Amino acid sequence: MSEIDKLEVEAERDPFKDVDFAELETSLYRPRTFLSILFSWIVALMTFMALVPLFAVLWKLILRGGKRLSLTLFTQLPPAPLEHGGGFGNAIVGTVVMVGIAALITIPFGVLTGVYLAQSKEGRLASAVRFSAKILTGFPSILAGVFAYGAVVLITGGFSALAGGIALAILMLPTIILTSENAIAMVPAKMKEAAIGMGATTTQTTLMVLLPTAMPGILTGIMLAVARAAGETAPLLFTALFSNYWLMSHGRVNIMQPTASLAVLIYNFSAMPFPNQVELAWAAALVLVLLVLVTNLIGKSFSSEQLER
Amino acid sequence: MASAVTPNELQDQREGQASGQIWQPPSGFQRWGDVAFRRLCFAFAVLTIGLLVWLVVEIGSKAIPAFREFGFSFLTGTTWNPNLHQYSILPEIWGTLYTSLLALGIGSAFGVAAALFLSEGFLGEMVFDILKRLGLHLHPFWEKLPQRMEGLLKNTIELLAAVPSVVYGLWGLFVVIPMIRPLCNWLHDRMAWVPFFSTDLSGPGVLPAVLVLSIMILPTITAISRDALVSVPPKLRMAAYGLGATRWETILGVILPTASRGIFGGIILAFGRALGETMALAMLIGNANRLSLSLFSPANTLAALLANSFPEAGRREIPVLMYAALVLLGITLAVNIIGAIILERAAAQAEAK
Repeated sequence: MSEIDKLEVEAERDPFKDVDFAELETSLYRPRTFLSILFSWIVALMTFMALVPLFAVLWKLILRGGKRLSLTLFTQLPPAPLEHGGGFGNAIVGTVVMVGIAALITIPFGVLTGVYLAQSKEGRLASAVRFSAKILTGFPSILAGVFAYGAVVLITGGFSALAGGIALAILMLPTIILTSENAIAMVPAKMKEAAIGMGATTTQTTLMVLLPTAMPGILTGIMLAVARAAGETAPLLFTALFSNYWLMSHGRVNIMQPTASLAVLIYNFSAMPFPNQVELAWAAALVLVLLVLVTNLIGKSFSSEQLER
Repeated sequence: MASAVTPNELQDQREGQASGQIWQPPSGFQRWGDVAFRRLCFAFAVLTIGLLVWLVVEIGSKAIPAFREFGFSFLTGTTWNPNLHQYSILPEIWGTLYTSLLALGIGSAFGVAAALFLSEGFLGEMVFDILKRLGLHLHPFWEKLPQRMEGLLKNTIELLAAVPSVVYGLWGLFVVIPMIRPLCNWLHDRMAWVPFFSTDLSGPGVLPAVLVLSIMILPTITAISRDALVSVPPKLRMAAYGLGATRWETILGVILPTASRGIFGGIILAFGRALGETMALAMLIGNANRLSLSLFSPANTLAALLANSFPEAGRREIPVLMYAALVLLGITLAVNIIGAIILERAAAQAEAK
């Protein structure tokens, strides 16, 4: 009998000779099991601690902002210092108009770029475009404002809603590009191939098959970008500035004048020493957060429907 | 060759008409429309790169006069005095890096913990355990609960990123600062010899700014780390369990090292976000041109400086601010490019497995 055979026989007699079974049991007295359970609890605790600020913010907003919530907030102009009452109707209009301008620019731009990226997956230009879009996602919002200041405000000669809209567009664009590309790339290849097989041109395939099928995903991207832009303050500080008056005067909307927005109103009023303005800042924050969260959730609901299908 | 019709196509056309089929070759409009549409998409794609270049050129060219005037001493001096026309931004650069790094420390600890909690299915297991005790784990309605709770938790953490930064600033100003002030001043009274506690917190300061900043970058870290953790091949986990490792031996010894590149990339990207974050810092940091290690002293960051000085800047101050913006742009672009490259490598690595 060779050495190896001997070992094999021995192993057959008692294969678990060297195993300490007690070591394998789950027991709190063993450091390795105890540490495992302890770490699990620490991680759980940290996760829930990370969520505390969200609920603390929402709670405080409802408490302080809810007090002032009324219809007049939406119809009146911001009050002068030491004045009572007032609202931020013009700021809501301003936010909607500027986000609208940004959306008008970025939706065609972003979706068509997404189409290009999805069509030419591996090309060198495509990866360069994709990389630029990724870099733009992390572009500091204040620098978008600096850019719009240099490129629009200095040239047109004044603060305007247009400059604000362009600054917001820079921040919305990368989100729309990347989500559109993803949504289009997710369309099953067989649908695209079927369209091509029936003799459709690339354009017909894109407009009649790819875009309609990818629409939920694209809408999600657009809504998320809109939600983000609506809450941005930094790019508007010195592009749209602020205004105590309505954007519309004498029945005409003039987008070339300084424009109020909810976010800038919160920033300006929070620094004022007057309690009425601070109250208004809280109410505006509540309205803004509701607006942003609802847009965000609606946007997400589009793509969750798509996933279930 | 858009308009040329080959003999084959002519044949097809005749056959199509003869047999009354509904197909037809693309008309001239469709052909040219197709080309135009493709060119349009291409043009927009090129414009995206152009936009990035334009952003850099626009800010850079506006900064040239200030660069000529102040040179590199702009980056190393500590005075900011518009009346004497003396400008330099070392305190702002220091403040930007200091707050971002501190926030990154807090944010990544909590962010990675949350990513682990989400990717390892802890919550689902906990809910499943409770359901099992109640005997409901096979019930057609309740059995979906663990998955739904996981999804809900993931979405709730994502909502942290959806709250506008100006709202966090407002909250920090009226809630966080009054809340932490007694503790900070107690620390200052007892341990003023520690450089971090060398001043008292009289209002805005570094610590409240860091706390709020860490909340704001946490969702970025969690989302990217979770992606990295989920893409760890299941066989690695199974192998570790098969060798008798406990859950945390598996996580610390196998899963985290495998996902480390992706997590690191996420942390770098979050660092980029923290560097460029403006509103919460402009509201909470106190805008003091001061170079200090103290956590309770007011300070300033590049982004906050831009936010506060730009609206009232005079003609001579604009190029100076553009120079500061260029410095911020340089730092954030570098950090973002490094982060994006790390993440791309990590994704390629995960695909290769």
